[in-house]
Amino acid sequence: MDNLLSIVTFLPLLAALILAVFLRGTDEAAQRNAKILALVASLATFVISIAIYTEFDPSNTGFQLVEEYDWFGGLKYKVGVDGISVLFVLLTTFLMPIVIGACWVVTDRVKEYMILFLILETLMIAVFCALDLVLFYVVFEAGLIPMFLIIGIWGGQNRVYAAFKFFLYTLFGSVLMLVAMLAMWWDAGTTDIPTLLNHQFSSDSISVLGFQIFGGLQTLLFLAFFASFAVKMPMWPVHTWLPDAHVQAPTAGSVVLAAILLKMGGYGFLRFNLPMFPVASDYLATFVMTLSVIAIIYTSLVALMQQDMKKLIAYSSVAHMGFVTMGIFALNQQGLDGAIFQMISHGFISGALFLSVGVIYDRMHTREIDAYGGLVVRMPVYAMIFMFFTMANVGLPGTSGFVGEFLTLSAAFQVNTWIAFLATTGVILSAGYALWLYRRVVFGDLIKESLKTITDMNTRERLMVAPLVVMTLVLGVYPALVLDLIGPTVTNLVDHIQLATPDAVSAVVTAPSH
Amino acid sequence: MISSDLNIVLPELILAAFAMAALMFAVYTKKDETAPLVTWATAGVMIVLGLWIAFTPMENRTAFNGAFVDDGFSRFAKVIMLWASAIMLLLSQDYLRRNDMFKFEYPILIALATLGMMMMVSAGDLMSLYMGLELQSLALYVIAAFRRDSLKSTEAGLKYFVLGALSSGMLLYGASFVYGYTGTTNFAGIASTIHSGAPLELGLIFGLVFLCVGMAFKISAAPFHMWTPDVYEGSPTPVTAFFATAPKVAAAGLFARVMFDAFDGAQADWTQIVAFLSLVSMFLGAVAAIGQTNIKRLMAYSSISHMGFALMGLAAGTEEGVKALLIYMAIYVVMNIGTFAFILNMEKDGRAVTDIRSLGQYSKAAPGRAAALAILMFSLAGIPPMVGFIGKLYVLRAAVGADMAWLAVAGVVASVIGAFYYLRIIYYMYFGEDVDGLDGKMPGLHYVALMGAAAIMLIGIINPFGLEGYAAMAAQSLLK
Repeated sequence: MDNLLSIVTFLPLLAALILAVFLRGTDEAAQRNAKILALVASLATFVISIAIYTEFDPSNTGFQLVEEYDWFGGLKYKVGVDGISVLFVLLTTFLMPIVIGACWVVTDRVKEYMILFLILETLMIAVFCALDLVLFYVVFEAGLIPMFLIIGIWGGQNRVYAAFKFFLYTLFGSVLMLVAMLAMWWDAGTTDIPTLLNHQFSSDSISVLGFQIFGGLQTLLFLAFFASFAVKMPMWPVHTWLPDAHVQAPTAGSVVLAAILLKMGGYGFLRFNLPMFPVASDYLATFVMTLSVIAIIYTSLVALMQQDMKKLIAYSSVAHMGFVTMGIFALNQQGLDGAIFQMISHGFISGALFLSVGVIYDRMHTREIDAYGGLVVRMPVYAMIFMFFTMANVGLPGTSGFVGEFLTLSAAFQVNTWIAFLATTGVILSAGYALWLYRRVVFGDLIKESLKTITDMNTRERLMVAPLVVMTLVLGVYPALVLDLIGPTVTNLVDHIQLATPDAVSAVVTAPSH
Repeated sequence: MISSDLNIVLPELILAAFAMAALMFAVYTKKDETAPLVTWATAGVMIVLGLWIAFTPMENRTAFNGAFVDDGFSRFAKVIMLWASAIMLLLSQDYLRRNDMFKFEYPILIALATLGMMMMVSAGDLMSLYMGLELQSLALYVIAAFRRDSLKSTEAGLKYFVLGALSSGMLLYGASFVYGYTGTTNFAGIASTIHSGAPLELGLIFGLVFLCVGMAFKISAAPFHMWTPDVYEGSPTPVTAFFATAPKVAAAGLFARVMFDAFDGAQADWTQIVAFLSLVSMFLGAVAAIGQTNIKRLMAYSSISHMGFALMGLAAGTEEGVKALLIYMAIYVVMNIGTFAFILNMEKDGRAVTDIRSLGQYSKAAPGRAAALAILMFSLAGIPPMVGFIGKLYVLRAAVGADMAWLAVAGVVASVIGAFYYLRIIYYMYFGEDVDGLDGKMPGLHYVALMGAAAIMLIGIINPFGLEGYAAMAAQSLLK
């Protein structure tokens, strides 16, 4: 299996092509066939991707399963995974069948819908596998197109505004990264990511328009990449596209957005900013951590006041991504471990939360919190599931949400106690908004006339959330499943940063390996 | 001596002789009834000439004491122009026939314009430059006003003529300065009097600036773009489509030719001018198109913005930059052929429609064509994985490599602004109100052009058809 990664990457695209070329008609049978083919393709992708997991050797800190072919203009089609990216590939392939399952209720232009999700899957997997700068940029940016169409065609009332905002916001962030990539290409003479990881970009101070720039080229490049990933993440104050996009996107779109697309930001920090611009990362770590803490507190407060369920969960996503950036820029082993863990766990939990909203939205066609209340009477299973993921979102020990928050907080504590202290208040706030949401939607008396006939989750919906429940629990009680996989790679990354920033060692004293 | 000179200009000679023979033939036979025949013959000749130039490897040669240069650079541009002209000519037939203006002069004027363009990119002397430029411009003035009974078309032709004459005047004025201060009109001669590093004489700087103004007008770079939207809107659509393709390549080729062949030593001076033109064009094209609802005007601003990007490659002043310019132009031409193949068929009840709002929910009426146009729009916006991105990638890379990162940053910002209006077309087609604004039909040739261009935009990302290699050879021959 020399081409394992390429097979996993392009299998969904192949299915999309088959759909586009061979599936005719818009009647019910054709719609059903489109959905089944997409589901089968995504399941097959997942099954094959398990082979990546078995072939992968966690003790090797380099890139594995590497494939390399000439592309054009001296560029290469080069893919491979290391301890960090392999997890995200698996997360993507694991979640996509569930996402396709969430598409089952769609009846408008089903074929196109399925095609777009399959293309999106290919692009997302490719983002996490790409080992060439330009290849990364191409697939990173190309993902905007299907998402733009998914929000714009199948979205809610205000979908056009949301689609444009999503597209232009993220595009603006990424194009600066493109210029930075070209500068790196000239500086290092290559676009090969493994080579660039060991290339020392100049960190001598330079002066631009009379401003002294500490960290020189590294700082400029760092900021350009930061612009892209901060928007994608999204970090405060460039997070405003996310609530709009989430609210307007169809359920499946929201799940992909929250569970996978946001992780590209964090992955980008780990793949580019930290290892390639270590000096700049060190300079700007406090700045980023400060932004993260503001995000955690501010967006948690905003979430408290939301009337729309999806918006509330969207703001809660921004807050949880704040923990991720805080952990990453703590620049120590626990922080990075925690950040990656938090991203994976958030992928399951936020995906499940959006699915849960989708379940009642499909029945009532409203996301207003006030329109609900007392659902536990008619929907005991739903109440149970929603409770479980609400608790996971809060970070209850025993669920995966706890591990990520705990690790990132303890990492931040080593670097800056104030930041850790303030971020911890975010945990309390998150309990506040999540439990309040739960109370208003599920508990109370069932007085609304329209809710008296609502039905509980059906088999399809239960099947969709079941794997998420399992993963949230398993990772909660046995986090080593993830941590053992990323451990050596993260240790290597931390060592690399410390080596590049010798004078910063005093600030980052403890980096215990486990 | 003279016979070897003639041998070098043989493709041009053939095209000129063909145009005159076709004119005689049509006049003395059945006039307009021969239009389809002349059209196909002209397109055929141009395609064959293109193939001939493309597939006969030649070393670089000059003719007529350096007044005519036949090198890799000019051959690259000629092949693109010949093929683009031929395709555009074939695509225009249906529209002309429907609107009752399918006259035999049309293909002949296109052939003459193309001949002018071939002269432009091969110019090695200010005289031959002007000759080519005017031959092209005069033919274009006429076809802009080709719909004689339409007020708008006549206005477009006149506007184009007056402003074009003004720019030609400026170009001539600049040329006279250059001649006055260097004592020669030959590019090689001019280059030999300019010594790298030494400051230019004031008169020569004047000449250089005026030359640049004249050429910026032809390439429709801001701030000399004012004619473009009006002429694009007023001209018959096939003429607009033609304007947007081959003449742009010729103007860009001429610009590069003059700058590198004659003013190579003064690079520090002209790169600033070109960088300024590039910057202003990119932003103006991006911002001004936002408010447009007429698709022809929108494409006019789009072409201004694209010329800004192409000039970024020239502004870099390096071999890398020229290569980027050529790649950019080639991709730009393909995108425009596809897009205009669509625009030519925007009709409702037999009347041409140019309002983009008429595209509302077009994706439901014709999913295949809507998808193709959407791909072309994403490509024009430079979003990967469409090939339009490759063009942007090369020019940006050239700019960054020439220490013009500021220009590259400005360019990408402009491209984000510009993305908005391309997305708006997609918005109408996919998210908009259902207006039933367009009729369904599309002739086979147009369908092939539209689908072909869209397919190239998608497949090209895997490997852009060896374009880079040819462009690299062409750039190398220009910079010798």
